[in-house]
Amino acid sequence: MASATAARASWASPALSFRAFQCWLTVYRRIWRSSIWSSVLGPLFYLGAMGLGLGTLVDRHGTASLGGVSYLAFVAPAILASGAMNSAMGEASYPVFGSIKWNKIYIAAQASPLRPADVFRGHLMFMIMRIAMNTALVTVYMWAFGATRSAWVVLAWPAATLTGLAFAAPIAAWAMTLQTESSFAYLFRFGMMPLMLFSGTFFPLSQLPGWLRLLAYITPLWHGVDLCRMLSLGDVDVPRALIHVAYLTALSAAGIWAGARTYRRRLYV
Amino acid sequence: MSHPPGSVHQVSHSEVLVRARGLTKRFGDFTAVDGIDFDLYRGEAFGFLGPNGAGKSSTMRMIGCVSPPSGGELTILGRDPVRDGSAIRARLGVVPQEDTLDVELTVRENLLVYGRYFGLPRRVIRERTDALLDFVQLSDRARDKVDPLSGGLKRRLTIARSLINEPEILILDEPTTGLDPQARHVVWDRLFRLKQRGVTLILTTHYMDEAEQLCDRLVVMDHARFAAEGSPRELITRYCSPEVLELRFDPELHDQAADKLRDFPAERAEVLADRVLLYVTDGDAALAAVRASGLEPLTSLVRRGTLEDVFLRLTGRRLED
Repeated sequence: MASATAARASWASPALSFRAFQCWLTVYRRIWRSSIWSSVLGPLFYLGAMGLGLGTLVDRHGTASLGGVSYLAFVAPAILASGAMNSAMGEASYPVFGSIKWNKIYIAAQASPLRPADVFRGHLMFMIMRIAMNTALVTVYMWAFGATRSAWVVLAWPAATLTGLAFAAPIAAWAMTLQTESSFAYLFRFGMMPLMLFSGTFFPLSQLPGWLRLLAYITPLWHGVDLCRMLSLGDVDVPRALIHVAYLTALSAAGIWAGARTYRRRLYV
Repeated sequence: MSHPPGSVHQVSHSEVLVRARGLTKRFGDFTAVDGIDFDLYRGEAFGFLGPNGAGKSSTMRMIGCVSPPSGGELTILGRDPVRDGSAIRARLGVVPQEDTLDVELTVRENLLVYGRYFGLPRRVIRERTDALLDFVQLSDRARDKVDPLSGGLKRRLTIARSLINEPEILILDEPTTGLDPQARHVVWDRLFRLKQRGVTLILTTHYMDEAEQLCDRLVVMDHARFAAEGSPRELITRYCSPEVLELRFDPELHDQAADKLRDFPAERAEVLADRVLLYVTDGDAALAAVRASGLEPLTSLVRRGTLEDVFLRLTGRRLED
């Protein structure tokens, strides 16, 4: 009987969130091909162009300011971390907004036992999965390119994924407050671009003037980049690494907390 | 499927499934629903008839447990929609005003995703999907993508999807808006069959024929309140004359004829932009009297009173305005 089946089901939030996650899996199974270009070939080109192309040029002039490692080894973990950020921004912006405005996945889910927080966490699980898939791939590329200096690089994978989550959760929470998608252009132009350029990604922060360096220290991407770099180069400063993890975890937690609220406010009007 | 949707539930008109007292919904300073009272009984088809912006959809959303009431009491299936939203929604089916199908998925996948939302095992979903697609006559499109389906087929799929959890109450917000006449009739037919199986239907519409076809009982909603309540027949008897004479004049003479007809011995005269309606007991006799008075309409029509007339009488406006 209908109500009996439903009554036996649990209203516990993890179970409900997982149901929302399964919906995204079904959708992904149908559209994964379109993400191949950006997920699989994108980082490959990036590593090739920056690490090998630009790297040859840089390495010729000495790499003392890079800590004595090749430019490829220096830039690869940054490509890993910033790639996680880019995936997070992609997954948490238009797809979230579209789920209320375009394909209305959230609106459909809302009529089921799922609550707004379940809808949010389910989608976030999917974002984490996508970010983890991309970061796993880049980690493998790094190893294949000979860009790693330590077995600790294995931990760079979860570190980069955490970096992605620290972006995905707050951005998804914010995306649910928007009325038009035009604000995403600002996110990519004034968020993604400067972070990519000034977070110790392509050159060490020591090259920046003091005030800009301080600014970089508070950006989440720098924490992700530095963490991944320490792990990839096997030069782990434990207290500093713990600060990075704590910072990224706090940002993720704030985003998860905020998302439950913005989703509720948007869906339960 | 082990049984058709809803067939396990006994139809009994004594059991109240939804109870509202002083139910209110406010958005800032705007009051969308202004203290309405109603009881919905198991097995009935209950309609909210009214123009756009009357508060129908806000009421539906509150019943669907996705919009917390701003005031008053609301009980659904004996529970509090704010506290027990998940448990209530597990027993509801919702056909929203705009389709929320996933167009990138196939017909079957849409039902699979939705069934999973309700925590149904895949096997159960598979069985029910077969039966439901058969019920809405979409079996031959089961493996097709949703995107290219026509509006009518999409609507039928939305209805099938809303039945995946075998709901006790089916909430339909303007189920046939935007469909062509033939597609509307198919939808009506399926909804009527559901009602026969004991599913309680709650629907909003601004089509009087839809309300007449489907609803056992309805409320006319206007400006966030109920203007009248009863069965379609009762409402027509109470608020409308047995017959209506519709007269259309040369546009040049429309105002002049309208002025003259306002004083005509009819129960009531209603002057629309293009026609004059006379509410009378005997339409043919009234038409003869109009002609005898020297007015010659371009066209005339004698018909029975409808809910459209009821609405016009109660609100002074036409439904689809």
